[in-house]
Amino acid sequence: MKELKILAVVVFFTLVTYWGVEPYAHHAMHKKVDAQGNEIVVESHDFAYADLKEVKAKGDIEAGKAMISACTGCHSIASQKMPAPMDASASAGAYGVNPPDLSNAGAVFDEKFLVNFIMNPTHASKVEHKFKDGKVYPMPVVAPDEQTAANIVAYLKSIAPKELSSKEAYETACGRCHAMRYTKWTQIGFMPKTRPNIVTHQDVEKLKFEQKVAEYQGSLAKYMGKLPPDLSIMIRARSEHFMETFIEDPQSQLAGTAMPRVGVSKEGYEKVIAYLEESGDPSKPKREAVGPWVLGFFFIFTLLAYLWKQAHWRDLH
Amino acid sequence: MAHFDKAMPFSNKWMDQRLAVNTLQKVMSTEYWIPKNINFLWAMGMILAATFGILVISGIFLLMYYVPDAGNAAAFDSVNYTIMSEVGYGWFWRHIHGVGASLVFLIIYIHMFTGIYYGSYKRGRELIWLSGMGLFIVFSAEAFSGYMLPWGQMSYWAGMVITNLFAGATPDVLGGALNFPHFVEWLRGDYVPGQAFLGRFFMLHVLLMPLVIMGLIVLHFGTLRIPHVNNQDGEEVDFEESAALWKAGRKKEAKVIPFKPVFLSKDVFVMGVYFILFFYLVFYHFEFAMDPVNFDPADPLKTPTHIYPEWYFLWSYEILRPFSKNVGLIWFAFAQGILMTLPFLDRSSNVAPANRRGLFGIWFWALLIDMITLTIMGKLPPTDPTFSMIGYIAAVTFIGLWVVLPFITMMEKPVGGKK
Amino acid sequence: MSDRRQFITGLGLAGFTGLGALGVLYGAKRSWDMLPSVKAGGFTTIDIGQAQENVLNTEMWRGKPVFVLKRPKSEKANDRDIVVDGQRYMIVVGLCTHLGCIPAYYPGEVKFKCACHGGEFDSAGEVLKSPPPSPLLIPPFKIDGTKLVLGEEGPEYKKLKSAGLIG
Repeated sequence: MKELKILAVVVFFTLVTYWGVEPYAHHAMHKKVDAQGNEIVVESHDFAYADLKEVKAKGDIEAGKAMISACTGCHSIASQKMPAPMDASASAGAYGVNPPDLSNAGAVFDEKFLVNFIMNPTHASKVEHKFKDGKVYPMPVVAPDEQTAANIVAYLKSIAPKELSSKEAYETACGRCHAMRYTKWTQIGFMPKTRPNIVTHQDVEKLKFEQKVAEYQGSLAKYMGKLPPDLSIMIRARSEHFMETFIEDPQSQLAGTAMPRVGVSKEGYEKVIAYLEESGDPSKPKREAVGPWVLGFFFIFTLLAYLWKQAHWRDLH
Repeated sequence: MAHFDKAMPFSNKWMDQRLAVNTLQKVMSTEYWIPKNINFLWAMGMILAATFGILVISGIFLLMYYVPDAGNAAAFDSVNYTIMSEVGYGWFWRHIHGVGASLVFLIIYIHMFTGIYYGSYKRGRELIWLSGMGLFIVFSAEAFSGYMLPWGQMSYWAGMVITNLFAGATPDVLGGALNFPHFVEWLRGDYVPGQAFLGRFFMLHVLLMPLVIMGLIVLHFGTLRIPHVNNQDGEEVDFEESAALWKAGRKKEAKVIPFKPVFLSKDVFVMGVYFILFFYLVFYHFEFAMDPVNFDPADPLKTPTHIYPEWYFLWSYEILRPFSKNVGLIWFAFAQGILMTLPFLDRSSNVAPANRRGLFGIWFWALLIDMITLTIMGKLPPTDPTFSMIGYIAAVTFIGLWVVLPFITMMEKPVGGKK
Repeated sequence: MSDRRQFITGLGLAGFTGLGALGVLYGAKRSWDMLPSVKAGGFTTIDIGQAQENVLNTEMWRGKPVFVLKRPKSEKANDRDIVVDGQRYMIVVGLCTHLGCIPAYYPGEVKFKCACHGGEFDSAGEVLKSPPPSPLLIPPFKIDGTKLVLGEEGPEYKKLKSAGLIG
């Protein structure tokens, strides 16, 4: 039938244009090449951290617990009622960043990564290129041997919650550097609920909190070189592939970046992504629920329209 | 006062006395004769009207919550937070609006190429073509101004780059007479795209351009009514004769159909198929219309690695890219303007499908393939020498095709009526 | 006779109305002019005393990035150089003169490369590779000790401008 041939031609040229402008062009734009001009394929390795040494020692929880004061000099462990020595802003002023609370560390980060990190932080988090020529990494090496490090990690895993919410995963793995204004998360915690003065309309408590955030961000930007971006809508600003490979190894996508490899486990990564989706693409479940109904409606509409059309055109040729 | 017979209020007779509704009905639909010898491509006009309607309606809902404030990502957040996650079905209106803006151009291009293929710009139909090209230009301005509004990285940098184009000739030409550095600042209302820039593009997008489009649509329909719609063979139909046949009940012999209900029934069916595609894209496949780069808030101190316009502007973008600023601007203006002159550059009097017009048939497919090539090259990084060369050849080919058009059509042999 | 009168008075009315329309168009043009508050924000003072050799500093002036580069001593002197305290600086608007993207600085190669269309500039802001048609623009400046006031046309700027070197 002539009309089907015409439709085929239209569809063909549309699809060629689409292919050229979308999949092909995006591949060309994001292609990475090495010094010889050969293409480097960046792919995920399922958070195996193959470049890090396998841990042979079996961690002793009690030994780890006994050692924990080596950590709480800088780190808080809120779940064990161990507070931080300084507040977030002051820590950031002193060290550049706020040493993270360790309550959830055992649940979000990969075990092998944690052991390697304690033994050599800059190597495990791939920021050696930043800390050279006399520049010292803020966290000292507290356990240069594998057994001690394994003990500490065993203890951290024992105190970590069995089930971590996606919100907690984000706070632990990303929240110290990345704000998320759509969920009211700042690097020093969620925005508190405050009320302005009814006469002056000024909210002094909020302003004080915002000042603390600003000071923290100033220290952070100085330490990192620039302020880590707000992640509110990052899930829609980068592809799934980019997010996975970037979080697994930031250097693979942005060579020379100051962002450390944070060492999340595969489960930790999935929880973080879930939180990014809550913030940046909250309508996704609704979209997937409503879609089939709307499409179903139009299928029936088209069928009825076809019957109406046939009723008129049948007798005309 | 004119004489009015008694009639029941709001009855057909009463309405006809006051608004000539029966005459209007006949002229606009039940006795608006359309050739029977058509295919589904003839429905593209109605699809465009429907898509424009969808854009206006979804736009109205977006307008209620959008905040045109360039400071502190307020505009960006009003779209990506308020509308996308707080407003009931806000995400639905936003996706419809973004996908609709892209699809309207797909259909515009199909509609335009249909017109070129069947010679629907000739023999009394020149004004249809001109008003249609006017619509293309105003839709382009509407799309460009709309893209500014979310104030993402692409909004800001496309605004920066395209307004920079108007900086005019270098100081060397005519002693700098065409040098307009202050023109660019006047256009922006600021040294760089900022609040003033956003405000005026908001006004253009939401009020002025839609009004102009609506006026042009009325004109476009008006210019179509008297010459009548064309048909697949370009045959000069005797509408009076065929209308008489139809009215006498001899529908099979008549070469025409009434707009309502016959043409409309085919239109609505094609629209149904279109809406299935439209909503499939709205729900499941929208990244081509909502580019990830624009989900980064505007940052005047960071240029994105790749800056490109939306796909429907890529062929024009590619035409200006190989050349230096001034020459590129001239060719850009040429590319838009030359399409307008098609009815006058085509020197042949044949109204027939392109495949029956000898060299013109080859010219048609060459133009289509050339514009698709320009579109794809426009998206590819210009630093690649192969793509640059292909793009350059395609740009020169485009210019060449229009230069040869008068000559190949002058030599064209007359085509007989039907196949 | 009355035909002629109709014509003349009609023409007079049309012409007079046209003048009014011109006035409205002028008012419309002025509504698009830059606001005084925006124009007033066009002066920025920067301190270049702490600049390190071959380390690019980016400042903001009139919403645009301004590159401040203390030129490495190994680079040849250029008439576009701005000399402050015996040191040579490149001070330009950090927007590629082709279509306005921000070129990135590569200190290892001592040159700027623009990602948008492959243009390149040297450490004095001169074009090394097209498509940029002209060197990076030198903004109006006035030297004040080790400080520069961007937006004000000092004597050094005026000299560069009359020599046709501002870009």
